[in-house]
Formats: sequence, C-alpha cells, structure tokens
Amino acid sequence: MRDVAGIVLIVAAGMAGYWLFPDNLALLTRVIAVALLVLSIDLIVGYCGVATLGQAALFGAGAYAAGIACVNGVTEPLTLIAIGALAGAVAGLLMGTIMLRAHGLAQLVLSIAIVQLFHEAANKASAYTGGSDGLAGLTVGPLFGVFEFDLWGQTAYLFGLALLVLVFIALKFVVSSPFGMLCRGIKEDPVRIKAMGSFVFPVLLKMFVISGAVAGIGGALAAISTQVVGLDSVSFELSANSLVMLVLGGLGTLYGALVGTVIFMGFEHAVSAINPFHWMTMVGALLIAVVLAAPGGLSGLLEKITASGKRTRGGRA
Amino acid sequence: MQTILSIAIDAFAYGMALFIICIGLSLTMGLMRVVNLAHGAFAMIAGYIASYAARDLGLGYAIAIFLAIIGTIVISIPLERLLYRRIYGSPQLTQVLMTIGITFCVIGITNYFFGPTLKTIPLPGSLSQSVNVGFKTIAAHRLFVMACGVVVALGLWFLIEKTAFGIKLRATVDNAAMADALGVRTQVVYAVSFAIAIGLAALGGVVGAEFLPIEPYYALRYMVTFLVVVSVGGAGSIPGAVVACLLLGAVDTTGRYLMPEFGNFFFYAAVIAIVCVFPRGFFGRAQ
Repeated sequence: MRDVAGIVLIVAAGMAGYWLFPDNLALLTRVIAVALLVLSIDLIVGYCGVATLGQAALFGAGAYAAGIACVNGVTEPLTLIAIGALAGAVAGLLMGTIMLRAHGLAQLVLSIAIVQLFHEAANKASAYTGGSDGLAGLTVGPLFGVFEFDLWGQTAYLFGLALLVLVFIALKFVVSSPFGMLCRGIKEDPVRIKAMGSFVFPVLLKMFVISGAVAGIGGALAAISTQVVGLDSVSFELSANSLVMLVLGGLGTLYGALVGTVIFMGFEHAVSAINPFHWMTMVGALLIAVVLAAPGGLSGLLEKITASGKRTRGGRA
Repeated sequence: MQTILSIAIDAFAYGMALFIICIGLSLTMGLMRVVNLAHGAFAMIAGYIASYAARDLGLGYAIAIFLAIIGTIVISIPLERLLYRRIYGSPQLTQVLMTIGITFCVIGITNYFFGPTLKTIPLPGSLSQSVNVGFKTIAAHRLFVMACGVVVALGLWFLIEKTAFGIKLRATVDNAAMADALGVRTQVVYAVSFAIAIGLAALGGVVGAEFLPIEPYYALRYMVTFLVVVSVGGAGSIPGAVVACLLLGAVDTTGRYLMPEFGNFFFYAAVIAIVCVFPRGFFGRAQ
C-alpha cells in the first residue's frame, strides 16, 4: 500500500515537473536518466554493500550501444532501450566478474580502473564512438510509430518518466523478493550467509547484471533524448557524482536514490550557472555535512524525525 | 638504445615523484586505516604555497619547499582534529565520501583565491641545468627527484623499523586499545603520523610539480592515480609502494613514449591485471 502511494507520488512529481518547467524538459529528462543510474548504484552499494566508483562504465555501455545501433539504422526507441539494457547487463556481468574477485579497497580501485579503461577504450575507438567529439547524428524514429521526438523534448520526457516508473516498480519487486533479501543478508554478514548454505558470488553477480541493465537503460535514455553520446557518460566524475547523489538521498532505499538525484541536480543546475567552482565547494561541504550529521542520507534523516515524532506521540498517549 | 635509456630515466624519476606523494597516502591507509582521497589536495596546497613563495615572493627553492611543508601541515591540523578524527574506524564508503568532500572544497577554495591557471614553481639554476653522468646528460631536477625519493624511502624505513616512535606506531596499528592500555598515547601517535603523511604529500607535490603540474583540478585528476598506486603496492608497505611506483611509472611512461594515442589505457590495464592477481597489493598484509 505504501509502495502504491510512493509510485503515485513519483508520477505526480514527474507530471508536476512537466507542467511547471516546460522549458527545461531536456534537463528533467537528463535527471531521469541519471536517476536510473543512481538506482543501479543503489542496488550494488545499498543492497549488496559493494562500494563502487565505476558505475558510469555500465551507463556508458548502454549509451554507446544504443547510440551505435541508432547510427547504424535501428531507430525504434524501445528496441534501442532494450539494446542499451542488454549492453549494460553484459558490461555489468564483466565488471562484476572482475570486481567481486577483490574486497574492500582493492574492489574500489578495480571499479575506478574499469571505468577509466572504458573511458580510454571509448576515446580510442573513435571510428565507432566518435572519440572525444562524441557520437552525434542520432535520429530516433517516433515512439510506437506515432509520437515523434520533438524539439521541446516532451515525448522524450514522458517516455523517460514512464520508463523510470516501470523500472522502479520492477526493482521494488526485485529488492523485496527472496533474492533481494539474500543480497541484504550478504551485505550484513557474508560469512553467515555462506554458512547457511548459499553461494555469495553468483548472487552478487546476478545483482550486478540487474544493476547493469538498469544503468544501461538510463544510458540509452540519455542517448535517445539528447541525440548525442559524449565521453562524459563513461567518466569517473559521473560515477563519483552519482554515488554522492545516492548517499545524499540515502543508501538502501529506492526512494532515497530518486530524492538525492533530484535535489543534487536541481542544486547543480542553479549554482553552477553562477560559478562552477562555487558548486564544487558547495558539494564538498554538503558531503562532509551528510557524513557527519546524517549518515543515512536525507531519507534516513526523515525516518529519524518521523520515528522520534511517533515516540512523542506514544509518550503522550 | 638512447630511447630506452631516456624512457628508463624518465620512468624512474616519475616513479620516485609518485612515490614521495603516495607513501604518505600508503601510511594513512595502511597504518591508520583511513582512505584519504584528499591526499592529492594537500600536495596541491603545497604546490600553491611553494609557487607563491618562489615566484611571487622571490624566495629560494629550498625555502619554498620548507614553507610549503610547514604551511600544509599547519592547514591539515585543524582538518585532522575536526574532520578526520571522526572517520577513524568508519566504513570505507564513509571515509571515501568525506575525503572526496574535502577535496571538492579545497579545489573550489583554491580556485577562488588563485584562479584556474597553471602555477609554475621556478627551479633554481643549479637544478634547471643538465648534468653529464658519463653515458648521458640528465636534467639535474630529475636527479634531485630521484635522490629525494631514495632519501624518503630510507628515512621512513628507519623511522618505522628502528626508532621508539616506530615501535609505538606499529603497536598502535596492530591493536590500538592494547597499546593505549600499555601507556602509548595513541592520539599523539595518530596526529604525528598524519602530519608526517601530509608533510610527505607536500614535499612530493612540490618536487613532483614538473611531472604533475599544479592547477586547481590537480587534486581530482591525480586522486585516482595515487589511490591506485597505493592499492597496487599494498597499503602501509614501503617496499610495496616503491615497487608499485616504479612499475606503474614505467608502464605509464613507456606507454606515453611509444603509443601516446592510447593515453592511460596501459596504466589501467596493468592495474586491473595486478589487482586481480594480487588482491591485497604486492606487499599488503592480510586483514
């Protein structure tokens, strides 16, 4: 029941964005694409406890796969999204296989090395990816053969919103399934899970594949809506920023991922218009504040406040 | 043959510059268990101080290095007391986020005061000429960096293995509560080793400025490089850091000389291969 209300809230917020900021739909579509990326990080970091600073590799894999397919004549948007998801899943499989060999710090370093390697590869294979100029000239066909992707980005935005809601519902089922519970158990205590007779590596790898598919969908959406794929979609900066968004919103809750993305990118849009370096100082200060004051992120803070509110009510009764 | 020699010399000098910076990070990570991604930010601060002292105030190179080290340590003390102390023993993700936050702040503030341009640290005449070492002429600055690296490595080894402070430090690392109970003032040990680590970052930032130029994004650009080197070498291990810096410096320099169009590709490919084979780094301890 709570989840139905939450999803209605997401749709309502999305539609409110559509009506309130009709001139900024391109930005809002970008927010949705990044929100998918942040959701995918949440699956790995928040539910499995595997720290990663390389998630943009999966996002970029989806974006480039969709972009390359589009340049080569596949223009049906849903097919492109599927291609992006598939590419992301394959990249997730690869990344998971490498990353899960290590633990702790080495794991973090591996994730950084992988995203840098993807970055260099995309830069080098300029015949396919356009290199540092970016892959331009994507012309996407109309959705369902009816809805053209217009100049104002209305179709792209609504399409993105629908995708986000669908993915969100699917992920809600995934994280509350026995498989999702197993992942949480592994996050809490992998040794105990092993002792209970279940295998850790395949479970985590499966989550990596799911997460890769989600990130790939985000990448494909970004490629379709902006009609260009740049090298920044496989950058370390994007990975780090999206991890920051997740932590700002709160680890281990899907809502936290969405809230963090919207707040972070809204602030970024407002402040970086003034001076990008002020923006860096602000993000830095924000991060320090979150770590010191609200380790659970904004959603954790909210929960704390509502919990203490409940206690007071209980006390009065 | 000449090419191989110049690659080898450049690689060695670059590796040593990396080593001076990274060994400080290796100390904080291996001995104090803090993933300090802001390490590069301190090297950058030192570079700015040295540049200001040597270029704008016209002081000598040696004085500039000295001022940079002292200045950076002074800046780091309040940070250690107010921020780092709270994340000792926290999960790695928390430490990563906190130190990325510090890095961002340093970048923003540095740019506000010094502007986005590249800063140079003028070398004294004795270091900017070249020296004939028999088979080849080498820039004196390269030799100076190599000498600094060797001195730092030996000095640290002596400090940690042979002195009373080193014994206390190792005891604190192995079991802080027990060391505390035996009368070691662990808070002081932590503070001193943090200051040493920052001082080394400062030294490396200044003498390595020829290889890693000082600009506001320095902290972010090389953050990954430093972290990677430390984890390849194994956190807390001096020989590990030496091997990792020389090896990765060699891979990076060779790649840039022979196939510059590939950029950092070989560097990161080597890192993935090494970390897959040695998940704890070359000389990392089991945790």
